[in-house]
Parts: sequence; C-alpha cells; structure tokens
Amino acid sequence: MKFRSLAIALAATAITAGGLAATAQAQEHYIPNLSYRTGPYAGGGIPFANGFGDYFTMLNERDGGIGGVPVRVEECETGYNSQKGIECYEATKGNNPLVYTPLSTGITLGIIPQTTQAKTPILSMGYGLSAAGIGETFPYTFTYPTSYWNQMSSILKYIDANGGLEGKKIGYIYLDAGYGKEPIPVLEALSEQMGFEWVGFPVAGKDMQNQGSQWLNVRKERPDWMIMWGWGAMNATAVKEAIKTRFPLDRFIGNWWAGANADLDPVGPDGKGYLSANFSGIGTDFPALKDVQKYVVDAGKSQADADKVGDVLYNRGLYNAVIIAEAIRVAQEMTGKKELTGADMKIGLENIKLDGARLEELGLAGFAGDLIGSCKDHEGGSPVFIQQWNGTEWERKTDPIEPMLEITRPLLEDAAAGYIADKPDWKGQTCS
Amino acid sequence: MFYREAGQFKTSYKSDQAIFPILQDRIGLGLIVAIALIGIPFIATDGFLNSIMIPFLILALAAIGLNILTGYCGQLSLGTGAFMGVGAYSCYKLATIFPDVTILVHILLSGFFAAAAGVIFGLPSLRIKGLYLAITTLAAQFFLEWMFVRWGWLFNYNESGAIQNVPQKLFGVQITGAAADPVTRYLVVLSIVVFLTWIASNIIRGRIGRSWMMIRDMDIAAELMGIKPLNAKLSAFAVSSYFCGVAGALMVFFWLGSAEADVFNINLSFQVLFMVIIGGMGSLIGSFMGAAFIFVLPVVIRTIPRVLGLDIGGATVEHVSTMAIGALIVLFLIVEPHGLARLWQIGKEKLRNWPFPYG
Repeated sequence: MKFRSLAIALAATAITAGGLAATAQAQEHYIPNLSYRTGPYAGGGIPFANGFGDYFTMLNERDGGIGGVPVRVEECETGYNSQKGIECYEATKGNNPLVYTPLSTGITLGIIPQTTQAKTPILSMGYGLSAAGIGETFPYTFTYPTSYWNQMSSILKYIDANGGLEGKKIGYIYLDAGYGKEPIPVLEALSEQMGFEWVGFPVAGKDMQNQGSQWLNVRKERPDWMIMWGWGAMNATAVKEAIKTRFPLDRFIGNWWAGANADLDPVGPDGKGYLSANFSGIGTDFPALKDVQKYVVDAGKSQADADKVGDVLYNRGLYNAVIIAEAIRVAQEMTGKKELTGADMKIGLENIKLDGARLEELGLAGFAGDLIGSCKDHEGGSPVFIQQWNGTEWERKTDPIEPMLEITRPLLEDAAAGYIADKPDWKGQTCS
Repeated sequence: MFYREAGQFKTSYKSDQAIFPILQDRIGLGLIVAIALIGIPFIATDGFLNSIMIPFLILALAAIGLNILTGYCGQLSLGTGAFMGVGAYSCYKLATIFPDVTILVHILLSGFFAAAAGVIFGLPSLRIKGLYLAITTLAAQFFLEWMFVRWGWLFNYNESGAIQNVPQKLFGVQITGAAADPVTRYLVVLSIVVFLTWIASNIIRGRIGRSWMMIRDMDIAAELMGIKPLNAKLSAFAVSSYFCGVAGALMVFFWLGSAEADVFNINLSFQVLFMVIIGGMGSLIGSFMGAAFIFVLPVVIRTIPRVLGLDIGGATVEHVSTMAIGALIVLFLIVEPHGLARLWQIGKEKLRNWPFPYG
C-alpha cells in the first residue's frame, strides 16, 4: 500500500507541475540558456555556460542591467541531448524569452521552425544550420559571427599565405556526423579554384578516442597540411596521434571547436605548435574581463574557478553574451522600449554593429573581428584568427583573416533554398 | 469493496474470454481513454502536451514494440533505437517523395521498412540465444546508425545531415510542423498509439502471440508441439520492429521536429529497454507504466524547482534527478523484480479482498 500512496503523490505532483502556467513577470530581460554542464560534452559546455552567465551578472552588478532593466539568465540543462532540448524549449518559451542559445546543432534544427513561428530569435553562434545565415529565408535565426564555411575558407587562406596551396595535399580529419561533413562542399569548391588536392579521414562518433586507423592512413597519404573538424574527446586524441605519427603540429589546424584549453591540457607541452581557428579573444587582458573578475568572480557569484576565466571557451561564451547584450541595446534604442519581445530583439540583432570602436567602448578592444549584421545577412561574415598552443596556453598567432564570402554566399543560398524546398508554407521575409 | 466481481456472471464463452472480464476494469479503461481524449486536450498547457504527453505516448509505443520481442518472445534486443531510426528515415523519404499523400499513411507504411530491417537482423536469432543475441542486435544498432550518417540519399543530401519534419495538413487542419496546434498533434499521436495498442493486444492473444510465448517459455517444447521457431521468431522481430518504426517516425514528425542520426543511438535503445524492464516484461500496460517512469518522472522532477521558483542550477537539478531515478529503479526492482505491471496486478488482487483480507 505504501507504494500506492507514493504513486498517487507522484501523479499529483505531475499534474500540478504540468498544469501551472508561467509565473508572474517582473521587469526583466529573460534569456534562457540551454546549456550542457552534464553529459559527454560537459568539458566544453561548462566554461561556455560560465562565460555566458558571468557577463550578464557583471552587467547587472555594474550597470544594473541593460537600459535599466536587469537580465535574468535561466540555465536549462540539456546534456547535449535533443529530447531534453525540446523539453527545455517548452519549459522556457512562456516567459517571454528574448533569444535562444541552443548550444547544440541537433536542438537548433529541432526548434528553428517553432521559434520562427513564435517570432523568437535563435542565436546559434558558430554552430547549427549554416544556411540560416540567409536572412530572407530564416528571419529569426542568426549564426553570428560567422559560419563553418567561412571558417574553412579563412583556414585555407592562412595555409595559402604560409607556403601556398597550389599543388598541395590537404588532409581533412572530421567527426563523421553532420557537423564534420558540413564544410566538405567548400573544400570541394575551393580545391578546384585554388588548385589543391584534399583527402578526408572520417572519425565515427564512437571512435573519437580510437583514431589509430585514420592516422595510419594519414601516414600513407602524406598530406602537407591537416585540418580538423573535431569535438570533445576527439581533439586531444587526434593531437596525440599526430605526435605519435610525427606529423608537424604547426601544420595541423583545428576549427574553433577543436582549440580550447580543455582540448590541449591533456596533451600538455607535447602539443606545442598545434594551431586552431578562433573568433573570440584569449586571456583576461581586457577591461570588460577585469570587470567580470571584480564584480562576479571575486565576489563569489560565478560558478567558474578563478583561473579558468579567460579560457578559450569561457571567452567564447562571454562573446555570445556580448552579442546578445549589444542586440538588446540596439533594440531598445530603435524601438524606444525598455522591455523587449522576441520580435524587437530580431530588430536589434539585424542592426547590430560591433566594430572596433564599439568593442573598445565595451572594454573589449581587439577581442573579436568586426560584426555587422543586416536583414539579409544573418551570418555576420566575421573574420577568424589562428591561435597556437605554446605548451601551456593558447597564443594569438595571426591578425583576423577575412572569409571568402564570394565563394560561400552562393553555397549558403543553395542550402537555404534546399531547406525550404519541401516546406511550401515556409514564411521568409523580404529585405529592402 | 468497490473492486470486486461478485455478481458479474459470464453467460457465454465470449464474455468469459474478454480482455477485460471485470466490469470495473472496463469502466476504468473507459475513464482513462475519456480523460486522454477529452479531458487532457481541454485542460493541458502546450508545454505539458509537447514535453510530457506526446513523448510519453511515443516512447510507450516503442516500449510495446520491444516488449513484443523481449517480453513476449524472449529475444533480447539492443537494436530498438536503430529500428526506430529506420522508421523515421523511411517516413521522411516517403513524405518528401510523395508530398501529396497524407503523413498518416507514410507513418503507418514506414513501419514496414523497419519490420524488414528487423527480420534481416533477426535472422541470427534462429541460432543464437540470450545475451549472445543481444550482441548481434548491437551490430544492427551500429550498422544502421552508420548507414544513417553515410547514405546521403536518406536525408536528401542536405548539408546538416538531419531529417526534418515535413509540414502537412489533413482536411485543412495543420497536423505536423511548427504551425500545428499541440492539441492536434497530441490527438493524432494518441489515436495512432491507441489503435496500435489494440492491434498488439489482439495479436498477442491470438495464435501468433501464443506461439511467441511458447518459444519464450521453452523453445524445444514449442518446436515439439509444432511451432516453427523460424516463423515465430521472425514474426516477433517483424511485428516488434514495425511498432518501433512507427514510434520512430512519430518521434521525428510529432515530437522532435528534426533528428540527426545521433538521436537513434544506443542510448535510445537502452532507454526503451529500461522501460520494458521497469514496466514489466510481457505486459502492455507495463509498457505505458515503464515509459511514464523512465521518461515522465525525470521531467516532473526537473520541473519541480522551476514551478516552486527555487533558484537551483540546471546542472544540479539534472544530477539530483538522475540520482533519484537511479535510486527509484533499484528500489522498485528490489520490491518487485517483475516490474510495475506486476505491482499493479498485486495491488488489484489485494483490492479485491479489501477490507477483509483472508489467508
């Protein structure tokens, strides 16, 4: 009988929990963050979520929010799992969310149709659906500051500038999933145009930590450069295998998800020379980050360890927050309202202008490349720079490298057209 | 006192063999169906439908599928997630190749592709038993997952590598896609699940279902009595995979909205297997209870702090919920190793004697 009463109690809780409507709202900017501090990728999710949350906490503490309205970030744990991501979206969508940061390509794809319907923007920063950069087709989805395709073109430009691409052989080691296969069209288009040869080494999701056969093939193929689209445990394993096969690490470039402190810490000094792309500043040498340390970390209001502030992924989460905060400011300015809705936020994101001067005002001079949005361009086309591991830390190696928009833009347009091909009722927008 | 069949006389073989011989059970089932069909659409919020009811029904259908194979026919399978994936991908292909045919037809057809995959990967079951069979179905899981990533035709060669829900209308009402009302989607899922559960209960009670149970209980004896293991085992794989395939198609088109191959990974197989074990092997109602326990309970636990307005970090809630569910699984398996369905049955037996138990 005990269990029956237990069962009744549980059922009662279920009904109350499901039935209760959204709670009353105070004046605030509500930003749900679908973070992942648990699960297989928590190593990357924790610093990102910390940086994201800490910047808004700093704005609340230092300036009393944005435009006088405090920001409330609510983290909803997804564990990088689509099922939980949809649950998080459902749980948060009733509280007037300004923007969603799904932090997973799978969750992004799942909620794009719904957020478009609900007129809430998504900012999938450097992940998600590349085609969403076409603003006419995807009015409420943004991939600022740039896309995987642009990133690939920037990396190839770097190689071209360091010894030339013509006649070279590029090895491309990638996670065998949608994410890793995404830049292949760019590689194919550019290999013809720039006259290089490329060869792919797919790594299955289950074999992230078991890349012996791929690197055997690398040894056989003898590529001049290696490019990696990796994630999680795959990155450290690949760098270790590269060391074992004596591949020169300064000719091995990871993308921006394959160049975090957590990736190279397990490799340590042996990984010296390994390169990766990045679009957000490294370290704490920026006034805004000093403020984060002063108002948040030292005050004990952060979940991050003090020495992890300024890590690559922490700063990337912080940059994500910077873009959102700036979009809120622009939206407040343009609509004249203090409290915003998702539709106002779209206006803010489309008119965002984070150039060098503005970044300096924010205390982030040189933190990232220029980001100028528009109704048509939801992708940003920002440059990326190349960073290098010195054995203990990442160091910035190059100036920002502009992407080849003339190559990638038509590819994006094709992809966007493909996305809506089987959706006759899809509502895009027209840009003047 | 109230739950007693005294005075309910069976006057025909038909009434004696009814699925629910006791009047109170029939009333109870009628009430549940009435609440699900009329009550819930009126009172439930969108969030309740989208993140609790729809997934619950879909996963219960998948659990019924696995229960047919594992619970009724005794063949352990770890390939459920992949078979659901076959259903989902074939439904996507059908829906994009024949956009004018209603999605309901595609969903019911897509199960047949999953059934075919199930039969192929069920062939080893003729020679291999128990845990060893589980390993061969694991091969199905890995192979099919690999195929979903590699074979571009399956997802129409799109760059994201994911399949997307195809928005469709039925009689002028939007039933899939973001514009579809959650209540509509819920009612569609509910009707399909109720219909297929009814089919399953009839198959299980009939000749085919009995041959499965004979194979489960003692395959040599079953063979001596004229049951062909080939037919029994492969039909169990086919029917089981059909249900899983339909559940997979529903999952993409009515719940998640899009899916990468990774959605159908081994964790999904385990999730459904746990539902079957916790709910009760060889029980349809157990499949529903198992789905409620494994899927709905964690959602409810995660919702509590949000509803109460407690400021607890998302990760902490997640850890607490995982620990609580783990502890409850251990507790329930100690109390009743045969699952929630058995617990329910014992409860019913006791209720019959209440308040004057004897013996």
